[in-house]
Amino acid sequence: MTTTIRTAKTRGVGASIPRPDGIPKLKGEFAYSSDLEAEGMLWGATVRSPHARARIVSIDAAPALAMVGVRTVLTQEDVTGSGRFGLAVRDQPVFATGEVHFWGQPVAVVAAEDRETARRAAAALLVAYEPLEPLVDPAIAARTGSTFRVIDIVNGDPGARGEVVVEGEYEVAMQDQAPLGTESGLAIPDGIGGVDLHISTQWLHADHAQVFEALALAPDQVRLHNAGVGGAFGSREDISLQIHLCMLALRTGRPVKMVYDRSESFVGHVHRHPARMRYRHEADRDGNLIRIEADLLFDGGAYTSTSGAVLANACYFATGPYRVRSVAIHGVAARTNNPTAGAMRGFGAPQPCFAYEAQMDRLAAALGLDPVALRLKNALGTGDRLPTTGQPIVGSLPTRTVIESVAAMPLPEPDESTDPRRLPGGTGLTTPRPAVRRGIGFAVGIKNLAFSEGFDDFSEVRGVLTTAGLELHTAACENGQGMVTVVEQIGRSASGLDRVTVVFADTSEIGSAGSTSASRQTQMTGGAALRAATAVRDEALRRVGGDRLDDSGVWRGDRLVASLEELLASGPIAHLERFRHPLTSPPNATGQGDIHAGFVVAAHRAVVDVDAELGVVRVVRIDTAQDVGRALNPLAVVGQIEGGIMQGVGLAVMEEIVLDQGVMKNASFTDYLLPTFLDAPEVEAILIEEPDHWGPFGAKGVGEPPTISSTAAVVAAMRNATGRELNRVPVRPQDIALGSHQPPATSHQPDRRPEGS
Amino acid sequence: MIRLSVNGVARTADPTGAESLLTVLREQLGLPGAKNACEQGECGSCTVIMDGELVCSCLVLAADADGTEVRTVEGVASADAIDAVQEALLDAGGVQCGFCTPGIVVAARHLFATKPDPTEDEIREALAGNICRCTGYGSIVRALAALAAETP
Repeated sequence: MTTTIRTAKTRGVGASIPRPDGIPKLKGEFAYSSDLEAEGMLWGATVRSPHARARIVSIDAAPALAMVGVRTVLTQEDVTGSGRFGLAVRDQPVFATGEVHFWGQPVAVVAAEDRETARRAAAALLVAYEPLEPLVDPAIAARTGSTFRVIDIVNGDPGARGEVVVEGEYEVAMQDQAPLGTESGLAIPDGIGGVDLHISTQWLHADHAQVFEALALAPDQVRLHNAGVGGAFGSREDISLQIHLCMLALRTGRPVKMVYDRSESFVGHVHRHPARMRYRHEADRDGNLIRIEADLLFDGGAYTSTSGAVLANACYFATGPYRVRSVAIHGVAARTNNPTAGAMRGFGAPQPCFAYEAQMDRLAAALGLDPVALRLKNALGTGDRLPTTGQPIVGSLPTRTVIESVAAMPLPEPDESTDPRRLPGGTGLTTPRPAVRRGIGFAVGIKNLAFSEGFDDFSEVRGVLTTAGLELHTAACENGQGMVTVVEQIGRSASGLDRVTVVFADTSEIGSAGSTSASRQTQMTGGAALRAATAVRDEALRRVGGDRLDDSGVWRGDRLVASLEELLASGPIAHLERFRHPLTSPPNATGQGDIHAGFVVAAHRAVVDVDAELGVVRVVRIDTAQDVGRALNPLAVVGQIEGGIMQGVGLAVMEEIVLDQGVMKNASFTDYLLPTFLDAPEVEAILIEEPDHWGPFGAKGVGEPPTISSTAAVVAAMRNATGRELNRVPVRPQDIALGSHQPPATSHQPDRRPEGS
Repeated sequence: MIRLSVNGVARTADPTGAESLLTVLREQLGLPGAKNACEQGECGSCTVIMDGELVCSCLVLAADADGTEVRTVEGVASADAIDAVQEALLDAGGVQCGFCTPGIVVAARHLFATKPDPTEDEIREALAGNICRCTGYGSIVRALAALAAETP
């Protein structure tokens, strides 16, 4: 049987079709987890620590339980199983016990007849704390061995030295994913000791395992169902209220709903790791990168979450998409009493990119070379080895092409408009046009695709042919990125059918699809969908001796040999397929190995207008070229690019969770600034289609690259406009206007090289 | 007890003291289209039209909605249809997770009702109270600018 792939007429791969859930979303009919209700439903609320570190002296639930309408109060004493959860390491108690380790850590939950009563009961619970000195400086944590992971990568000739040296220190603050939908879910007890949890998440099966393990239930006693997701960006990869909801439902015997409010959402999920980075780049006089040394300190906060993998990404991609002869990277993920850090779009890649791209600009200046020319001279590509891990790059990696494509794009004309909406400071009317200086900055970023370091990474899809068409059953989470659209397109092109629908299966019905993260679902669940749809088609054709399948049935030449009804009369056609990407290996002692399944690059050029006196900036335009392998839905790809760029721009100019002794000072949308329509730059994107070696139809994941180097490009443009060092993001008005916070950045020629280096 | 018109239908509700119009719409009147994302009037996900004015329903005391006419996203189009704003957003890729979408639909319709051919700057300013975390706004601006260009 042939397995040649046909592209369906108009709605298969390559078509910019709209998303199948678009109309319900536009009409307000789409059910998010926060919209769910059940008969007799209670509301849950969480009691959280007001201290970053404290000893719990006592918990008195009596005042809460005495309130009319309160049904139960649960603490760690009520947890039946391991009582611990965590995505990579089960190191976090369901509720703090003994000592709280971060501000906002859950201490208890309550359930009551309505939401307001639940909130008041949570506030009425009496918890006596003895505050303790929190460890909030990751440098002290690193020195004292309070770490989640330490990585040392050594590759190439350690004695290699360049004649031109630049050094710098860089800092990235804590960014919030800020999905518009807060954490929410509905747990419904089954009456025989089990529970069904309807939840917005990124990884249904990882949540499932953490719930049943923490509560010592059998796996089939807990069933997790995908509910509508209001964005995620990494924030839903870890457990938030899943275990609490199931406990409350099992204890009360009634359905229980929880919805975090915005301020609780800020403490209810992990964040992008704040990072401090020290870099030393050495090049020869022609601009060839000889050696890069980097010291990366990531603050992982109180619990492990994904700190190990985030730090690993930062270290593996610490040198950027460049060839380097000699590399020495030291990375530490520190354990502190700050809020826990974990996954956010880019997953460890944006932080070093901000640093290494600033270094590349400084190196270009020290060499007297054009910054783009320096990048092209060192661009990493297929056939090279990743300079950190030594892994040969076998898939596509069009670094040169993305750089050249962006460099060739036309620059916008100088803006003479005096409309305040086109001026820094905007309708605040702070900035006259003559005070504006324009800057242009360039940056390139690289990241891995899917999971690395030997993780058993797979996704399952079951293809089921019905008389209404092909169903593709999956546990993959649709967070808004468009997995559902692309998987259906793959199903169409593989099967020949137009009527193809993604069906969300629960954890009892199908195996894991892995996480909707790491830019992986197009390739992983898409890969499984390709196999499942192909297998269904092949069986359909084989059964009646046909050569083509479509919505009418099976055809031989131009004759319909069986309608779908006739075809399925002789038995159902269903195929479960599990897709794995090429195997990866864990690193050896010096960080070497074939650690990644694939790589992706993107380049960004930012144009900014700055009022240097007031320190306000308007990001005018971002031009980008992105390595997409093959664009399965160009409309959706551009949507990912524009949305990802906006989050990168946000980190560059405004987004920061401000911490004071581990306490968030701005856990609200009033105080945590997010880009609005008026902050959004014009974006022009070029999609570079060089098919990769294992994604369906050559596709690569596209979600994260836009966020990686857009931050660096914007800050480079701001440096270009102002002449300031700007070694920290987000760049604040005082950094521009006053030059505050300037970690040392130096460049020196050979005669000034430090002794012994 | 409050009486109000919602999407042209007379409704009554019984809010507790401090409940917002948003809570009443979602939890008493069975209209979950308006979303709760910040409860501070910063994000616009709960946007509805009250007596012809665009409001963040999370900031409106339910008692103050007594006697008003409210239009929510559920009242934008009939059950089996979508209106021009919704269609433009769909085709341009202006919906991703969709949590901001009801608020954007309501705000954009209000903009076109008050100014049928807004410029791009006017579109951006009119929607500056609606935060979208997914799209980066470009597709939404393109959708609405194209719609404005079609306006005779």
